[in-house]
Amino acid sequence: MSELVHNFPPHGEPDRDHGHGHHEHEHHDPGFWRGCIFSSDHKIIGIQYGLTALGFMLFGFFLMLLMRWQIAHPGQAVPFLGPLLEKVLGQMAAGGAISPDLYNSFGAMHGTIMVFLGVVPLAFAAFGNYVVPLMIGAPDMAFPRINMASYHAFFFGGVVMLVSFFIPGGAAQAGWTSYSPLATTIPTNGQAFWLIGMVLLITSSLLGAVNFIATIIQLRAPGMTWMRLPFFVWAQFVTAFILLLAFPPLEAAGVMQLMDNLAHTSFFLPTGLAIGGHLANISGGGSPLLWQHLFWFLGHPEVYVLILPAMGIVAEVIANNTRKPLWGYKSLVNSVLFVGFLSFIVWAHHMYLTGMGQKIATFFQATTMIISIPSVIILTCLFLSLWGGSIRINTPMLFVLGFLPMFGIGGLTGLPLGLAASDLYLHDTYYIIAHFHYVVAPGTIFALFAGVYFWFPKMTGRMMNEFWGRVHFWGSLVFMNLVFMPMFAQGIKGMLRRMSDGAVNYSAARVPNAIDALPGTVMELNTWILWAAVALGLAQIPFIVNLFWSIGHGEKVKNDNPWDATTLDWQTPTPPPHGNFAHAPHIVRGPYEYSQPGHDTDFTPQNEPDAPAIAPKVSPVPAAP
Amino acid sequence: MEIPYTIQARPDTGLYNAKLGIWLFLASEVMLFGGLFSAYVLLRVGAPDGYWPHGWLNVTLGTVNTLILALSAITTLLAWVACKTGQFGRFKIFHACTLALALSFLCVKMYEYHDKWIHYEIQLTDGRIADGHLVSQNAQEVVIEGRYVSDEKDLYDLRAQKNIPRDEIKIERSLIKRMENYGPWHHTYLAIYFTLTGLHALHIFAGSLVIGYLWGPGSRMYRKNPEQFTNRVEVSGLFWHFVDLVWIFLFPVLYLT
Repeated sequence: MSELVHNFPPHGEPDRDHGHGHHEHEHHDPGFWRGCIFSSDHKIIGIQYGLTALGFMLFGFFLMLLMRWQIAHPGQAVPFLGPLLEKVLGQMAAGGAISPDLYNSFGAMHGTIMVFLGVVPLAFAAFGNYVVPLMIGAPDMAFPRINMASYHAFFFGGVVMLVSFFIPGGAAQAGWTSYSPLATTIPTNGQAFWLIGMVLLITSSLLGAVNFIATIIQLRAPGMTWMRLPFFVWAQFVTAFILLLAFPPLEAAGVMQLMDNLAHTSFFLPTGLAIGGHLANISGGGSPLLWQHLFWFLGHPEVYVLILPAMGIVAEVIANNTRKPLWGYKSLVNSVLFVGFLSFIVWAHHMYLTGMGQKIATFFQATTMIISIPSVIILTCLFLSLWGGSIRINTPMLFVLGFLPMFGIGGLTGLPLGLAASDLYLHDTYYIIAHFHYVVAPGTIFALFAGVYFWFPKMTGRMMNEFWGRVHFWGSLVFMNLVFMPMFAQGIKGMLRRMSDGAVNYSAARVPNAIDALPGTVMELNTWILWAAVALGLAQIPFIVNLFWSIGHGEKVKNDNPWDATTLDWQTPTPPPHGNFAHAPHIVRGPYEYSQPGHDTDFTPQNEPDAPAIAPKVSPVPAAP
Repeated sequence: MEIPYTIQARPDTGLYNAKLGIWLFLASEVMLFGGLFSAYVLLRVGAPDGYWPHGWLNVTLGTVNTLILALSAITTLLAWVACKTGQFGRFKIFHACTLALALSFLCVKMYEYHDKWIHYEIQLTDGRIADGHLVSQNAQEVVIEGRYVSDEKDLYDLRAQKNIPRDEIKIERSLIKRMENYGPWHHTYLAIYFTLTGLHALHIFAGSLVIGYLWGPGSRMYRKNPEQFTNRVEVSGLFWHFVDLVWIFLFPVLYLT
């Protein structure tokens, strides 16, 4: 192996005497358009993705607030925003209240925006773009211009999604899953916009995935062998493969649904379909189950696209703040590869209720139980990494420590959903909502917050404010739980999701003699959740202010490596210039050499040469007693 | 700043970046067409007995198109070999052939689409069905070249039906209950046929654009940097071979069964 390492030609910039102060003469200021909008530098693109995704997440959050208002106070005008809604959306928001149609489109778009325009771009594209090339010692991504095209496709996809709110009939209303025939029969072109937007987003993801895999395989610096890669890079590598192979079937399904909507084909429309009491004028012969299979063939791996990069961030922050190597690095790597593979054969556990048959359900039940094993191994390794460390508590570490139990709750509450017998009861209730939000919101999003606080100093050269970071953390932790924990109770009591009246029609107050009508306590929770959600929104204000204020006013970093980290992303100038490294890095050790005996510092960077032999040993090994 | 391995292969992987990139892209393409092929399987298996069409497409034209693409695969390979061995003139000739073949493929495809577009199934008020190609139509009557059948099922399996009559039939508008051409809306078989071959034709078109660029303005690179140019020809050739391979699956699945 070492021969191979020495045979590699060093990367560009052979001039070893240049410090990073000398970069100005070759660093032309490219201007605003070339520098910020049409940049092909992976760091700029990463920041573009990050800011856009954070914006979309905030927008998706507001959609959710409006829906929570409607659930708690069905049919009542939205306070403050009501008149604005009516002005912008017209009949859909008559009187400032949210009509059932509008509620449906908010629900569909909340899911779509949060998954495809919020979390995936932030977790995979933003952090991946910024950090992966730095971590592997590459000057940029393998295909910088394709990288730029990927962001632009993503941006236009987002624009198409947003525009669909303002067309007659409004945005897509068939849920983020867009089940046919519902998605084809709702009389709005919003669904066509949704599909075109999705095709753009899928294209963006595919370009990104190709780029990431090629970069990680081809551009690792000399000495960066596979088992010296930081876990974050492994997580992004597997995520890229999932995106590469799971997204195209959804693209195929999207094209077919687009044909159904625009060319009046019947891919997903069965024979004898009646719309509004009349037989639909279609050829029929299609299969609604086909859509569900193709959708969930992406949809389930997508869950791992959301969670694996988050786990990567968690691993980096834990290793850095416990000041010791990750526990079970090899197990982590093997588990993440296994998860990536298995994620392709569990999709139909979303479809136990759709009548595909017991035998198929049994198969997917088995694979679903099996995939929980590597997931638990990953979480266990991360927990065990805390053991015996002298933990440094700071904002990123707090978010990571919040992630571990919150993701645990999300994962464990998923087990009853993976078994067909209990899933039949819980399917489409608020229990599901609570389960997957625990995985993604206080799970993934907490890890993403940790990532923002952690890498912000590298991106800007300034630290984010620690006090307001902690306020943000504690507020988010408390109110996240107040929002989602009651939903478990509501779901177990039988409250269904996607009801624009917040289940009033099924409440004991409305139908007193009905068996299993929802009791008043369940209905009251709707109000509690609304105010917890509002408070959760307020808890994000310190973050937003902190993020933008710290760019110009935060405390300056003490050096290029303020967290005393070992990985290569911290061995660059701050912020890294175009081309990243002052010296072409040569990697000589693994990623997590913290607190190694015999070193002056408690961290040994991956590219720090072994101590020269001439250094005399200060204290010889004490003789055995 | 220079990105490593854009032209030279990386020693431990044996690939330059773009070659790895195109292979990854092709893997995603396999999944894209795989999704559509699995849709074909489910739709066909789910069709009621006797209602999945056979023999609706012209096998002769399909065979011609198969041969055209097979030939173009050969010329693509030879064009790359010519680049590799420094014979720029031969490269120009072979890729000119590739482009001509791609164009003729698309022309044949267009003719086939048009043939389906003017093919009508007309249900009459007396229960009979007229089926054939449109000759002319006006406000009073429709003229087609085709035949009458009494049962719609007779239209589905054409494999055993030799010499289907093509008589000129005049039909008054007032007798027509429903009239529909053989577009994607007519049957899920046609839906998947148009979607699969349409997407494939788009790939052919995109491939021709790339090869056309490398053959025309892009070929100037050969003088400055022949190695990188040859890489480009190789990468576009890999894409082209993949598109040919998709057709090798499409032809039996849609035309022959």
